[in-house]
Amino acid sequence: MELLQQLTFLERGIIAGLIIGFICPLLGAFLLVRRITIISEALSHITLTGIAAGVFLSQTTILMGMINPLYTGLIFSLAGSLLVEKLRQIYKHFQELAIPIILSSGVGLGAILISMSGGSYNEWYNYLFGSIVTVTLGDLGFIAGTGIVALIILLAFYKELLSISFDQEFAKTSGMKVTRINFFFSLLIALVISMSMKVVGILLVGAMVTLPVAASIQLAKSFRQVVVLGILFGQMAMIGGIYFSYHLNVATGGMIVVTGVVILILSAGLKRFRKGLA
Amino acid sequence: MNKKPAIEIKDLSFAYNGQNVLEDINLTIKEGSFLGLVGPNGSGKSTLIKCLLSLLKPDQGEIRLFGEKLARFDSWSDIGFVSQKANSFNSGFPATVFEVVSMGLYGKVGLFRFLKKKHKEEVRNAIRQVEMEDYMNANIGQLSGGQQQRVFIARALVSKPKLLILDEPTVGVDAKSVNRFYDMLKDLNVNQGITLILVTHDVGAMTEYVTDVACLNRHLHFHGDTKEYEEQEEDMMSRMYGHDVQVLTHNHDHPHDHSHDHDHGGKHRD
Repeated sequence: MELLQQLTFLERGIIAGLIIGFICPLLGAFLLVRRITIISEALSHITLTGIAAGVFLSQTTILMGMINPLYTGLIFSLAGSLLVEKLRQIYKHFQELAIPIILSSGVGLGAILISMSGGSYNEWYNYLFGSIVTVTLGDLGFIAGTGIVALIILLAFYKELLSISFDQEFAKTSGMKVTRINFFFSLLIALVISMSMKVVGILLVGAMVTLPVAASIQLAKSFRQVVVLGILFGQMAMIGGIYFSYHLNVATGGMIVVTGVVILILSAGLKRFRKGLA
Repeated sequence: MNKKPAIEIKDLSFAYNGQNVLEDINLTIKEGSFLGLVGPNGSGKSTLIKCLLSLLKPDQGEIRLFGEKLARFDSWSDIGFVSQKANSFNSGFPATVFEVVSMGLYGKVGLFRFLKKKHKEEVRNAIRQVEMEDYMNANIGQLSGGQQQRVFIARALVSKPKLLILDEPTVGVDAKSVNRFYDMLKDLNVNQGITLILVTHDVGAMTEYVTDVACLNRHLHFHGDTKEYEEQEEDMMSRMYGHDVQVLTHNHDHPHDHSHDHDHGGKHRD
């Protein structure tokens, strides 16, 4: 514990970044093959609503003063994830509607709560674009905790999620409880989105889920390769982003995303180069 | 013929949007048989299969798999299924043949566990069985329709099922591969004792391979061995398809050419 307390702000940020850079692409691989990467946008915005609610409550009630808004963000993200699933069932033939409905409701409600909470401009800027230097020990605990739960869900259902993503009907006939597994998948998405918030920010969290696997699928033949390369690219984006933002003194979240985009462009180039050789 | 039944269906009915798709189906399929389930498009073949696999819940009737009531049945690895829609997956899906076939074992292996050496060998064996070993690490989306179909059969076979159900497996497979494909099924049935159900609307080719035939068009019109079927084929076909023809002529209000010849004096002028 003492060792943890001795961590500098930068070390805390880097550890948080590496955890996120590991888990996000792992989730992203499943979102990719299910063609629902866009869900990360809806959930990140509803997480903003939760954070705004947390900030608002912590200012108005005494009891709430000690609660980290990341937790209220998580609760909203979980609710949002389950709501998306519900909306998909209601709009069976227009499933894509679920995303803009949740996204705009989240932003609308968030705007009201932000205007009521009166947090500083800087504080909201950090939530929107991420801030590695403001990761507190409490935040790191939150990120590690949610990260462990997410990892447990992923290990438990890795095979099942892959089989369901490829062919849901077959997964059912092989005896899998598809509805139950999908419920855990919704929880998993919510966990990962809310854990990434602090480092990459609400507006950029989708990038960490999407960019590494968008790059890895250029080069991968198997699902396993999508996952392994995705994690590798996620780590590279994190380390590169933190390094350059520190030395160039620019926003970390933005630099992480830009590094991810550069990796994407390089892998697309490598694919063309390989094709040219073949 | 004292073999145990693999499947028992009693008084089964299923309605979709208030319309009866299956009515009073009674069918027993013995272990070791190779059943061809035939019927025109929309005759309820796929619906019956989905009821068997617990993908749809019948409105009435009872189904038993290997003696066990469907609701209590849980040895799903004993049943292999190749769906009609199997190759309608996203062709960009990043999965190799090996990974797809592995999926057939996932239900059996259980949560938190990954494939062990022994499982991987089983996957390779199943791939060899359908003669796709040269494509072990190929991307599934880049194979031809016939090759994909073989991979899906390997996925169904890898859990060593006692019963294999194939729903229109030859759709999208080129004519040359179809006979080879049927030969492979016959081999599974004869040499490995797997009970097979082959759903098809292509009646011609399949009678050379199957041991039993069932004809379905909302009702079960016929169930017996291939010999009986061939004796009654013509009669049966007209019974089964005849119903449809009548409905069609009725709807379109066309006078039957036939009736015209016989109806002297226009008895049915109205």
